This record gives sequence, C-alpha cells and structure tokens, in this order.
Amino acid sequence: MRTLGIAWTIFVKDLRVEWRSRETLASMCVFALLIVFLFNFAFESAREETLRLLPGLLWIAFAFAGILGFNRSFAAERENACLEGMILAPIDPSAIFLGKMFANLLFLTVTEALVVFAAALWYNFSFLPSLGRFALIVFFGTVGYVALGTIFGAIAANTRMREVMLPILQFPIAFWILILGTDATSDVLRGNTAAFAAGAARVAGVSLVFAVVSFLLFEYVLEE
Amino acid sequence: MPPETSRAETALELRGVSKYFGDLAALRKVSVRIERGDTVLVYGPNGAGKTTLLRTLATLARPSEGQVFFAGQDLHQNAAAGRAAMGFVSHATFLYGELTARENLRFTSRLFGLREPVKRIEAVLELFSLRERADEPVRGLSRGLQQRVTLARALLHDPTFLLLDEPFTGLDAASRENLESLLRRLPEQGKAVVFSTHDFDQGVSLSRRLVAMEAGRIRYDGPLNLAPLASLHIAPAR
Repeated sequence: MRTLGIAWTIFVKDLRVEWRSRETLASMCVFALLIVFLFNFAFESAREETLRLLPGLLWIAFAFAGILGFNRSFAAERENACLEGMILAPIDPSAIFLGKMFANLLFLTVTEALVVFAAALWYNFSFLPSLGRFALIVFFGTVGYVALGTIFGAIAANTRMREVMLPILQFPIAFWILILGTDATSDVLRGNTAAFAAGAARVAGVSLVFAVVSFLLFEYVLEE
Repeated sequence: MPPETSRAETALELRGVSKYFGDLAALRKVSVRIERGDTVLVYGPNGAGKTTLLRTLATLARPSEGQVFFAGQDLHQNAAAGRAAMGFVSHATFLYGELTARENLRFTSRLFGLREPVKRIEAVLELFSLRERADEPVRGLSRGLQQRVTLARALLHDPTFLLLDEPFTGLDAASRENLESLLRRLPEQGKAVVFSTHDFDQGVSLSRRLVAMEAGRIRYDGPLNLAPLASLHIAPAR
C-alpha cells in the first residue's frame, strides 16, 4: 500500500510540475498533430486507402509523441538531480517507476485522444462505430509502450546523447507493440469484429510482459 | 551524548571501500567509521575523493570493492533503514524548480512518510528563515535561498547522520552563521555531521575530527588538534 501511496505522490508531483511548466503535454500534442497533418497532405487518400494508412499513421504519431514525452519526463528529474533526491528516500524504487509511468500514461493518453479527434476531422473518418474496441486496443498498447518508455527514459537520462539514445533503445523492442497494435487497429477500423478478441489479446499480452519486466528491472536501472 | 550502545548500534562505516570510474580510482581502500555525536570535517584538494566518499555513505554510489555498514548491516542490502537515518546535501539541490519551497518539502515529507509533516515543514522553514519565501517557485529564488531550502530538505526528517558536501556554497553571511550554529548544536543532540568544505578554518571551527584525503586515500583520520597539518600540506590561515 505504501508503494502505491508513494507512486500517487510522485504522479501528483509530475502533474503539478507539468501544470506549471506546460512543456511536456504541449510539445507531445503539437508534434503528434503535425505528423497526422503532414501525412494528410502527403497522401491525399481515398477512403479505402485511409483505412489502410490510418492505423499505422496513428501508431507512428503515438510512438513519436511518446518518445518526446518520456524524454521530457526524465529531463525534469535530471535537472537539479531530483531523481537522486527521490532515491535518497526510504522508498521502494518500484514506486518511482509506477509514479512516473502513471504520469506518462496520462500525458500520452491525452495526446492520443487529441490525435484521434484531429485524424477524424482531417481524414473525414468516423471512429464512432468501433470507438470502444479501438480505445481498448490503443489503451492496451499504450500501457506496454509507456512502461518501456519509462524504464528506457530512466536509462537514457544518464547518457550523454539522451535524446537520441531513447528511441534507439525503445523502438527495437517496442516495435512488437507497434506492429500488433497496427494490425489490431486495422481490423477494428475495418469492422472485423471476429478478429478483435485475438488482436486485443495479443496486444494486451505483449504489453503485460513489457510492463511486468520493466517494473521488476527498474530497481537495477536506478543503481549507479 | 547518546549512550555507548546506541552509538555503536547506529554507526555508519566504510570498510576497505574502493570506487573506480573506469580506470580512475576515486576511492582507494577507504575505511572510516562515523558514530552519533561525531562532527567530521572531510578535507582535501580537488579530486581527493571527498564527494565520492560522501555519496558512498549516502548510498548514491555503490563501492567497487569493500562494504558500507549501517547499524552493523550491509547498507546496500538494507538501504531503506540507512536512508531514513540520513540527510544529504550535495552540489545539486534535489529541488523541483516549478514547485515552491513548501511544495518541495511536502513532497519530501511524503517520500519519508513523516507523521507530522506540517509541523516539521514549518520547523525547518523557520530554522532557515524561509517562511516569507516558502510559497515562491524555487526556480525564482537566488542560489543562496535555494541552498537554504536544500538544507531544510536534508533536515526535514530529523536524520541521525547529516552528510554535507560543501554546504556553505552560495550562503550569505547571516545564513552561514545560522548553519554554523546549527552544525555545532546537532552533535549535542546525538546527531553525526560529516561535511566537506574548501574553507579549512571554517571547518576547524566546527569539527573535532579531521578526515584528510588525497588521491582517493585517507591520509589522516583523527582528532583535529592532533592532526599533523604540515605533513598533510594544510596551511591554516590563522
């Protein structure tokens, strides 16, 4: 219980810091919207092509916006060695992981909601018929992606080329989520309800593995 | 002074600790024991290993060789108990610039699970004369004020061992006097203070024991009044 309480404290602290600085969420949203916007101009697609392109485009926008957010999340901790300040407290290191992960998850979820809304307008595509199933797939994938981003963000924060290092660490492993997420999203948006359960299970399974492994390994990442 | 048994039970000790950064040895076979009531000045030239010594005691650096003990147990196996008993001030402030001083202290109080956080926060704010500026974002405070908030943060949980790396950095004359007075009082309350400073005379006025370091080794560990200053290449100003 104490671990969850500390995680909540760190989550609230991150929200407060973000509310005052308005750096992370704003940059994530602008960057993700730009991706969707530019793709719209690059591929003036018919509806059938939109159905083919949109799932991949959405996951690319989520992925890059996430990278931006994870980098910012640990930049705030790096400044004034605040992460060390937390390590100096008698707390379970997994509380730091959970607190940072919850904050990253919230920021990326808000960004995703905005991106989907913008994509619906710019691509003249309605997500409403499959919104629930689509949201579930995206949520499952986002949890795993954010878990990886939180642990790799902490690793990259201690390296010299941290902005470059994070995607180099993240993408080779997170591509499983991106591929499975894109496939499952494609099925859902095409109205292929029969494939939904299997697709959702695959995305949830991979995300769960990544989240659990990240949670267990975070303690070692914090060690010098 | 606390009784002998509790002094020994809560001692903080390095035994044969070496610390390497690549090929560079920051600490070489260092052994030192800190007990409650001690006031220890860690002194030496730049690169002597003072900061690494303090970071190792604070659990922020893991020894490459040797062990660190707290209350007779390996500190890295039992880090939570050690961290609860330690307050650490380093070159960094550990403060969030967007949060106010009071919010930073409240955050720290929750991490340490303090029972009466408001009372403790008000006490340390008062101690470092920060009440009037407590609700301003730390980013807007001067370096000296930030250092006072950092010191307040380190003392918030009433630690038994206070590890201070250059604690006087950025402080104005009044704040220096205030901190000096505090460092004199703490050992009388059974706390241990281990600090480094570049001002040897100031260090002498505050401590009874000297740990003189050079090139990662301890050259002298003992009472200040018996220290062979000339052979340690230490030239007091007075």
